Amino acid sequence: MSPRNAARIAYLILIYGFLYLPILVLIVYSFNDAKYSLEWRGMTWAWYRNLFDDPDLLRAALNSVLIAALSATVATGIGALAAVALYRYEFFGKPLLQSLIFVLMMTPDIVMGIALLILFASLSLPLGFWTLLLAHITFNIPFVVVTVSSRISGFDRHLLEAAQDLGATEFQTVRRIVLPLLMPAVAAGWLLSFTLSMDDVMVSFFVTGPTFEILPLRIYSMVRLGVTPEINALCTIMLGVTLILILIAQLLLREKT
Amino acid sequence: MRIREPFKLLAVGAIYFWLTAFALLPNLLVVIASVLERGSDEFVAFAFTLDSYRRLLDPLYLGVLLDSLGLAAATTALCLLLGYPFAYLLTRMPARWRPVLLLLVIIPFWTSSLVRTYAMVILLQTNGWLNQILLGLGLIAEPLELLYTEPAVIAGMLYALLPFMILPLYAALEKLDRRLIEAARDLGAGWITIFRRIILPLTLPGVVAGCMLTFLPGLGMFYVADLLGGAKTMLVGNLIRDQFLSARDWPFGAAASVLLTGLMGLLLWAYYLSSRRAGRGALP
Repeated sequence: MSPRNAARIAYLILIYGFLYLPILVLIVYSFNDAKYSLEWRGMTWAWYRNLFDDPDLLRAALNSVLIAALSATVATGIGALAAVALYRYEFFGKPLLQSLIFVLMMTPDIVMGIALLILFASLSLPLGFWTLLLAHITFNIPFVVVTVSSRISGFDRHLLEAAQDLGATEFQTVRRIVLPLLMPAVAAGWLLSFTLSMDDVMVSFFVTGPTFEILPLRIYSMVRLGVTPEINALCTIMLGVTLILILIAQLLLREKT
Repeated sequence: MRIREPFKLLAVGAIYFWLTAFALLPNLLVVIASVLERGSDEFVAFAFTLDSYRRLLDPLYLGVLLDSLGLAAATTALCLLLGYPFAYLLTRMPARWRPVLLLLVIIPFWTSSLVRTYAMVILLQTNGWLNQILLGLGLIAEPLELLYTEPAVIAGMLYALLPFMILPLYAALEKLDRRLIEAARDLGAGWITIFRRIILPLTLPGVVAGCMLTFLPGLGMFYVADLLGGAKTMLVGNLIRDQFLSARDWPFGAAASVLLTGLMGLLLWAYYLSSRRAGRGALP
């Protein structure tokens, strides 16, 4: 290996180290059998067991999974249909719609959070399950549109024309040809939405009330009180779930049609 | 829109409805709230005033704004400085490694930035890893107070946002036509000229997109300032949050949010211009 290549690889390793070292430390210490010490005192599952003995925490986790699954499902429905429509049809205000989706994706979370808070307040909707669900669907939609659109652009238009020449209705064309071809991207979009929703702090912070607590906000309030091995364990579980979902999503996106 | 295509009506209608109801309308309400007076019973009173915007220029709040802009700018600059060579090197790696190397960047991109901020807290604690290593190496005699400082906030934001810079840069660099560089080299251009005249202009949309994705969240991530900066550091995000949660001054919080939206507009415009200059479509 030439010195030039060695330097390049060293730089890559350095940045990857920066990205992964803190996470690695967090994971390792979630298993450390010592409450306050940095020294390695042996392996324990105690912190994980403590988590499962905390009913409030479990409820928050269930709430999070519920919101993530529901919002991912609705967002995938709307987002995938939108991606198909943007690819297939010409309609009034199409460029505007495309820019709007792009702007929505770029919008800082805090701006979206307070905008939705003001909306819900002016409608006098009580903050809780429903407001949280509506907010999560909203920030998930653009990611589904982008994921599905990127797959659609590599599509063979002749397949659709052939179906229509053979007398398929628009609905049949979409259901029998477009959707099956898009399935991997739709599934990836769902998984990524689920992940985003499970991890969101900023938007949720503004649009949920004390009646409906979710996991990231619970973690946030725990973390503000200080570092404990239980939070290490909880964060490790969150990381693990996210990691698995991203890996599946990436596999789905890579698979050739 | 023809009636005999109910599917088209459904597909177009659903997204139109959702974006109008939950993206356009709420942002319109923010603008309206920002020019109303603060209410006593309700959150706003229906009387027009530009008072909230005037208060943004109050030295107290202007200080917070400028500090926050400085922190976000420093974070963005560091992300770009570290991310650009990194993204470039990624595109030069053997093709069979690239998917895995890219996936390793995507994983932190999708994982919770709160969890990663917390990981940073563990690392920077007084009795944390970094101090232990520095002590062990004999570089310092006593543990440093790393946590609750501005550099800690920058480190936290850098950590949370670096993947957001790398990914658009990688996408732009990957599209770069290598033949242009070879042609320039054959014609005798040096590396600096090649970078300045070819690589940078062609990847400028990626640079602007990356800066937008790091700078804007860098202004808003109130939990990074909370967890790593203590009470000392305040971002625009903390300011906005406090108006809605404790100060109950919604018009002022809305005005600060309109300011962020305005900044986003400026950056989007820069993105549009740079991608037009680089000869690609304006929006993906």
